[in-house]
Amino acid sequence: MNNQGVLVLEDGSVFKGRSFGAEGESAGEIVFNTSMTGYQEVLYDPSYAGQLVMMTYPLIGNYGVNSEDNESEKLWLQGFIVKEYTRIPSNWRAREPLHQLLVRQGIVAIDQVDTRLLTKKIREQGAMQGILSTRTDDVDLLLERLKGIPGLVGRDLVSEVTTSDPYVWINGEKSALNAEIASCDAHVVVYDFGVKYNILNMLSALKCRVTVVPANTSADAVLALNPDGILLSNGPGDPEGLPYAIQNVKALLGKKPIFGICLGHQILALALGAKCNKMKFGHHGGNQPVMDLATKRVQITAQNHGFAIDLSEIKEEVEVTHINLNDKTLEGLRHRTLPVSSVQYHPEGAPGPHDAAFFFKRFVDSILK
Amino acid sequence: MPKRTDIRKILIIGPGPIVIGQACEFDYSGTQACKALREEGYEVVLVNSNPATIMTDPNLADATYIEPITLESITKIIERERPQALLPTMGGQTALNMALTLTDAGVLKKYGIELIGANYESIHRAENRESFKRVIEDAGLRYTESATATNLSEAKAILNKVGFPAIIRPSFTLGGTGGGIAYNIEEFENKVQAALESSPVSEALIEQSVIGWKEYELELMRDKNDNVVVVCSIENLDPMGVHTGDSITVAPVQTLTDKEYQAMRDAAIKIIRGVGVDTGGSNIQFSLNPENGDLRVIEMNPRVSRSSALASKATGFPIAKIAAKLSVGLTLDEIKNDITSVTPASFEPTLDYVVVKIPRFAFEKFPDIDRTLSLQMKSVGEVMAIGRNFKEALLKAYRSLEVSRQGIESIYTADDLGELKKKISIPTFNQLSQVFDTLRLGVSIEEVHQITKIDPWFLNQFKEVLEIENRLKNEGLEVELVHLAKRSGFSDRQIGKITNTPENEVTTWRKKEGLIPVFKRVDTCGAEFEAHTPYLYSTYETECDAEPTDQNKVIILGSGPNRIGQGIEFDYCCVHAALALKEMGYESIMVNCNPETVSTDYDTSDRLYFEPLTLEDVMHIIELEKPMGVVVQFGGQTPLKLADALLERGVHILGTSPDAIDRAEDRERFKALIDKLGFKQPNNGLVRSISEAEQVAEVIGYPVLVRPSYVLGGRAMEIIYDQTSLQKYMSHALTVSPDHPILIDKYLQDAIEIDVDAISDGEDVFVAGIMEHIEEAGVHSGDSACALPPFSLNDQALKTVREQTIALAKELKVVGLMNIQFAVKNGDVYILEVNPRGSRTVPFVSKTIGQPVAKIAMKAVMGKSLKAQGIEEKTIKHTAIKEAVFPFKRFKTDSILGPEMKSTGEVMGIDLNFGAAFAKAEIAAENGLPTSGQVFVSVKDHDKAALSLIAKRLSEIGFQVIATAGTADYLNRLGLQVTTIKKIQEGRPNIVDALKNKEIQLVINTVGDKLSQTDSREIRHIVLQDSIPYFTTIAGARAAVHGIEAILKGEIQTLPLQQYHS
Repeated sequence: MNNQGVLVLEDGSVFKGRSFGAEGESAGEIVFNTSMTGYQEVLYDPSYAGQLVMMTYPLIGNYGVNSEDNESEKLWLQGFIVKEYTRIPSNWRAREPLHQLLVRQGIVAIDQVDTRLLTKKIREQGAMQGILSTRTDDVDLLLERLKGIPGLVGRDLVSEVTTSDPYVWINGEKSALNAEIASCDAHVVVYDFGVKYNILNMLSALKCRVTVVPANTSADAVLALNPDGILLSNGPGDPEGLPYAIQNVKALLGKKPIFGICLGHQILALALGAKCNKMKFGHHGGNQPVMDLATKRVQITAQNHGFAIDLSEIKEEVEVTHINLNDKTLEGLRHRTLPVSSVQYHPEGAPGPHDAAFFFKRFVDSILK
Repeated sequence: MPKRTDIRKILIIGPGPIVIGQACEFDYSGTQACKALREEGYEVVLVNSNPATIMTDPNLADATYIEPITLESITKIIERERPQALLPTMGGQTALNMALTLTDAGVLKKYGIELIGANYESIHRAENRESFKRVIEDAGLRYTESATATNLSEAKAILNKVGFPAIIRPSFTLGGTGGGIAYNIEEFENKVQAALESSPVSEALIEQSVIGWKEYELELMRDKNDNVVVVCSIENLDPMGVHTGDSITVAPVQTLTDKEYQAMRDAAIKIIRGVGVDTGGSNIQFSLNPENGDLRVIEMNPRVSRSSALASKATGFPIAKIAAKLSVGLTLDEIKNDITSVTPASFEPTLDYVVVKIPRFAFEKFPDIDRTLSLQMKSVGEVMAIGRNFKEALLKAYRSLEVSRQGIESIYTADDLGELKKKISIPTFNQLSQVFDTLRLGVSIEEVHQITKIDPWFLNQFKEVLEIENRLKNEGLEVELVHLAKRSGFSDRQIGKITNTPENEVTTWRKKEGLIPVFKRVDTCGAEFEAHTPYLYSTYETECDAEPTDQNKVIILGSGPNRIGQGIEFDYCCVHAALALKEMGYESIMVNCNPETVSTDYDTSDRLYFEPLTLEDVMHIIELEKPMGVVVQFGGQTPLKLADALLERGVHILGTSPDAIDRAEDRERFKALIDKLGFKQPNNGLVRSISEAEQVAEVIGYPVLVRPSYVLGGRAMEIIYDQTSLQKYMSHALTVSPDHPILIDKYLQDAIEIDVDAISDGEDVFVAGIMEHIEEAGVHSGDSACALPPFSLNDQALKTVREQTIALAKELKVVGLMNIQFAVKNGDVYILEVNPRGSRTVPFVSKTIGQPVAKIAMKAVMGKSLKAQGIEEKTIKHTAIKEAVFPFKRFKTDSILGPEMKSTGEVMGIDLNFGAAFAKAEIAAENGLPTSGQVFVSVKDHDKAALSLIAKRLSEIGFQVIATAGTADYLNRLGLQVTTIKKIQEGRPNIVDALKNKEIQLVINTVGDKLSQTDSREIRHIVLQDSIPYFTTIAGARAAVHGIEAILKGEIQTLPLQQYHS
């Protein structure tokens, strides 16, 4: 098809573009991300597994990709859509242009798409399934193929992205479980539902021994590691698709201090008995205003979620600590008696602002008390 | 948290006249602040000396003082008004410094006034280099190696630490005034001296140079709950070393990863907290080493700024408006985002487009000055453009500049390559075009980067533009290619030039091929939420976001970038046109590309198109919107230039017809018009050769006024006294523009010049203002001070002027505004110029007579007669003086006034009599009149008789008159007591010594031809540098005497505008 690429949405709309990634065909739920910087972190974020990601900022690729800003081992998303791809990057840390990474990792990507139109479509019609192809522009064929692609609801994407074996995170690298660590104040076990490296880095920087365990690790196995606290990580998809995780967390409630981030927050909330709903098009970007209801102060936060928690039925036990000022959705909770709390957004940023980075210190301080 | 109830009345200080570094962006911020505070229920007292502003419209504040921004004058206002708070962050450096002065003088304490927005300590921490440095270091950030000096020897000690090249920055100045870069010790000594002199506290920072590093800027807001948001990030295309006001800048940042951007964001937040800005906006500049990312803090402005105006327009987040609301205790989360109407202001805008700003310079007005761009700002205006990629935004911005180019055209050939490489090593306003040519000639991006330090990312973008250009050259009009060119910002005209096709053919072909632009919205949120504000820009993409309505609508064409000769006054008129349409129930649509203005506030009109004012771009909007008509008479020459072409394309031009405009502009037709009406104009002729010129000059007699036809702001206009000078002028003029004939007018020496602004509805004529110039005819009307009402004309002359105005309006069938310049000599009235459009004096007249002239005119244009509007002429009991403000001191250039306009702005003095109004105007123009001391006079022979009366009066009121031998003898023979002083060439001590020793309090110096100007240049230079009040015309000196008398008699009043008109 000669450098062409096409995106077809389930409503039949077609966006023709120019391929700048791998050759191929790929489908998933399409989401837009409003961060103006940080495409490398977005691409490496396991939470985007199963999704086609479209950036609303029109120029992507400007600073290439570097060796330091990866947030996981590989690119997990289904495909990448931008307005204009910049082939020749400029930045002192750039190791290679973005397209080389995409091609190497087999990610289909197109540019020259009216991304603003696409954003408006998603805004108005809600999240949709889409298929991206550089092999054919036969819309009917692509629509047919799209029908066979599962949606996000109820699906377990976590099992695809979680680590297969537990490890300890030292100096930005995976080490054996028994690895020695110079000095540490606390031991945190992180459930890897699709964890971003920066979560691990921030805990390490606070002198924690960080043990990362697979998503399906049982509560007993976690307790056997004798952690001071447990962190439930971010990750892709619908928490309802993860009954095992919800069960494990339920078993851990009250046993150890728990802090949840994003999908981890949702799993925690479900474990506490809350409900979870699919949002129209979610929050994906780095400019979401969140109010801390205790201090009335606003944090500008990085977010990436398509499901939201409804606490109305468990108000007795669980209190709302944070809300999103744009749409008043739940952004943070705390159990009234147990040492568990969570936020829907990403205190680790990467990409995004650091306004909420203090949560890691707060969590570590709380488990040291 | 609710807004404060312990304050009710707030004083806002404006920025004063438009000067380089402080322009109409502060009218935008001040206007927003006034509106926002009144919306919250506060009483607003505004003081600003610049009448050409929307903020000084009497309906924007409860009390509006068009008064000088001085300690004395503001203290009087405070005594009268007793505000509880002062908001000092809206009026640029002027207002901020005045807030410090008022605090230091104890005025704020005495009257119990609180500074809101920024407190005294935080202003000091941000503005004082040493304390700011401490804030930086306390935050764990890095500052460039530097220290402050108060004298040369201290400076040299610091130099030992920082080395060459060294940056010198004076403390507490605006727009980098007095700053510079020194590469050797001689330069260093000179620049330190200059910096110390220009700093009001005689202090300068000597700083290690980071020239060639990258430069970034962040715009932040903070509220009283310590919520901080970054509204906009800006990356400069020009590396460090060029003042950010003179740099091409891009929003958002393009070449930083998220990690690097967030580190900068964190740093900025620490700084705004460290400095302790209570509430409001601040901008913080950074430099970054492109080799390793080493980040340094350069400076901070704890107030709204030119950059915040740009950031507001670039993002749709109105910084000044929100800053004003925060200053009274609201928090960001309590304020709604106007554009989405459902989300709060406590967020960070995300852009789904790229914004490019390019500065506009006026070097052609000052041929002698150094054009190198450095730390001291030199540009007079700017344009902004929005595109879906950088190339589109860059090319749109470039054509918005109106510099008669089709695009970034090729100028140099391969032979110039060596020269060109040398040229691009020095930043100038031409650098962009030279860099394009260097790349065209095949020099590698790497090499151009080495020479210019411009980031390779930008150079690659340039190269992509050039690749399209090349392909167009080779492949011609091919659909896919032209589509790519259009997506990359190429204009039809540019494509036409490259492909040798007339512009209209390109346009016709393109439309036939379906290549038409769509319009997208600026919405702060990348389309995540629905935008309720139609703030639009064009691009070549699939979906159009414009959603035009089917209402009755009118398009107003704005005035583009500010330049000398076309500035804020025209924006003022456009804003009033929009207001008038709103009042009459029409939908108003504004088209403009100047980010500093009130007209490009999305609140001003119903719909805003931020677009270049070219035929192509304007036609796209017209074709989409299908308005009832287009108004071209308010935005100066920029829209007028388009009138004929619009008419040809079937667009209805509302108001006065383009034909009438042509009748007034075309010399032949104008002559016929004047003859038909039996009026007089100075003898004149149109010539195309030196011999023709000599003949014509011979017939009409010297001195003559010469100028190229079709010029703006008196460009290249000169008074010629003899044949030799005429030959010289003509040979130069004919080489510069061989196609345009030269106009020769009889120069009416010592005539009084009159400016008239009038409105006609086609039936009746409203003579809004008859202004008498202080300076004689021959000084450009924009540079001349003027008085309303006239002060010396007799009733007969006034009657004639009025009658001829009405007759001309009727003959030309003017509908809307008209401006006429008359000269009166020996009782005869001559017509110099007729402009059937809005003029520079419209806002001044409006403020003086208390009637919104432009708004009335717009209503007349829309068919509401003057009668129906109830407009009638009223006699006013006060006098207003408009005085011009010049960039002579900044440019270190001569201050002689002539037919070429050189002023950047204006001030107004209003009072109950002429003398008091004049005295105020001079104070406001920083030429405050002395009331005692020594006055030095030196005039050309022709002026001696007139001078004697002035000298006599000055002696009588207590001045000692000093003159050089010739003038002194002349005056002494008339019985005056004049002291003789030596000329420069007569030995010492001489006049220069006396000036430098501050022994002279007032200078009156008139000069004749160019030669005699050179002799006295040194005197005027010192006068400017030392800010000694001076007058270079007899008429000005005469007015000054009246002013001094008024001060001595204690006649100066301080009254709000509302009271003059009640």
